[in-house]
Amino acid sequence: MPNTRIRVPKTAKAGDIVEIRAIIQHPMENGYRTTSQGTPIPVDIVTDFICSYDGLDVFRVRLEPGLSANPYFSFYLKATKSGPVTFRWQDQHGEVTEASEELEVT
Amino acid sequence: MTHLPPALVLLGLLAAGITQFDGPRPEEPRSGYSFLTPELQQLQDDDFANPGMLWVEQGAALWDEASGSSGQSCADCHGDAAQSMRGVAARYPAYSDELGRVINLEQQINQCRTAQQGAEALPYESEDLLGLTSFISNQSKGMPISVAVTGPIAESLERGRAFFYERRGQLNLSCANCHEDNVGSHLRAEPISQGQTNGFPIYRALWQTMGSTHRMFAWCNEAVRAESYAAGSQDYVDLELYERWRSQGLTIETPAVRR
Repeated sequence: MPNTRIRVPKTAKAGDIVEIRAIIQHPMENGYRTTSQGTPIPVDIVTDFICSYDGLDVFRVRLEPGLSANPYFSFYLKATKSGPVTFRWQDQHGEVTEASEELEVT
Repeated sequence: MTHLPPALVLLGLLAAGITQFDGPRPEEPRSGYSFLTPELQQLQDDDFANPGMLWVEQGAALWDEASGSSGQSCADCHGDAAQSMRGVAARYPAYSDELGRVINLEQQINQCRTAQQGAEALPYESEDLLGLTSFISNQSKGMPISVAVTGPIAESLERGRAFFYERRGQLNLSCANCHEDNVGSHLRAEPISQGQTNGFPIYRALWQTMGSTHRMFAWCNEAVRAESYAAGSQDYVDLELYERWRSQGLTIETPAVRR
C-alpha cells in the first residue's frame, strides 16, 4: 500500500473555506522510459483521485502519464457540516488506497 | 609552508600525536538550498508538500517494525528516535571499531541490522534504506555538521580529499573544477553549487525520487564521463567524509529538495 499524507483542518466554522491537501508516494512511470539494459519500463500510474466530503464527491481528477511522481493536490472546500473527508486513489491495476480525516464544523 | 607531500606531513603529524586536518574549504559554506529557484525552496520549506517527507514517514514506520531473527525493532534498542538519534547524522561518516574502517550512516544502519537484529542488510538505494536514512537524518535537522577529523579517520579523510581534487573521466574534470573553481557560474541553465551534502538523502526533481549521497556521486561521475564507483564503495565513503568536512558548520536539512 503506497504511503499517503493528507491534511484536513480539525475544526472549521460553518461557511469557512478550508484548504485540503493530499499527496501519495507513487513512481508514476510514464511507459516511455527504459532501464539501463534497454528493456522498457511498463506504465505504472495512479489513474483516479477522488475526494469526498460527507459522502459526496467534491473533487475528482483523472491522471495521465506525464504527471510527475508523487502527485500532490491542494484545493479548497467550503465547510458546511461535520463529516469525514475521504481520499481515494486508484492505480491502473485497480489497487485502491484510501485515507480519511474527520472535519468538525462548529 | 612546508614542501613535503601532504601524506608525509600527515604521517609526521600522526607520529607526533597531533592530528589535524587542514586544507582549502569554502570560506562561507553555502547550502545547495541557496542555489535553488524560489519555487523549489518553497517546496523544501513546506513540510507537507516536501515529497521527501514521504520517505521520512516510511522510515519512521520501519523504525518501529521488528525485523530479523532477533524479532527486535530499531526502537527496541534505541527508543525514541527524536532523542536517541538527535545529532547522529551530523557526525557521520564515522569510524567503526567493529569494522575497522570509516562507514557512513547507511552502512551503520546495515551494520545494526546484520549484527544486532539478525536481519539482512538492505540494498543500497532501496526504498527502505533511503527511508531509514532520511528518518534518522531528519532527527538532526537544524544541527551543524561536525565530523571527527582526528584519530583513525584522518587517513580516510585524506583519501577523500585526493578523490575530490583528482581529475577523472573523458572531460578530465575533478570535483573541485566545478564545485570550487566555478561556484555560481552556470552549466547551461543550472547554477553550479558548492556540492555540499548537508541535505542528503535528497528528493531530486530530476530523479523524481529520493537519492543517497552515493547516487549523486555516481551521477556526477557519469556527467564528466568517468566510470562511477559502486554505491557503498570505500572510495565514495571517503569522498562523503571529505564532503562532510567541507560542509562543517552547515546545518542538516534532510530531506532536502534539489533540482
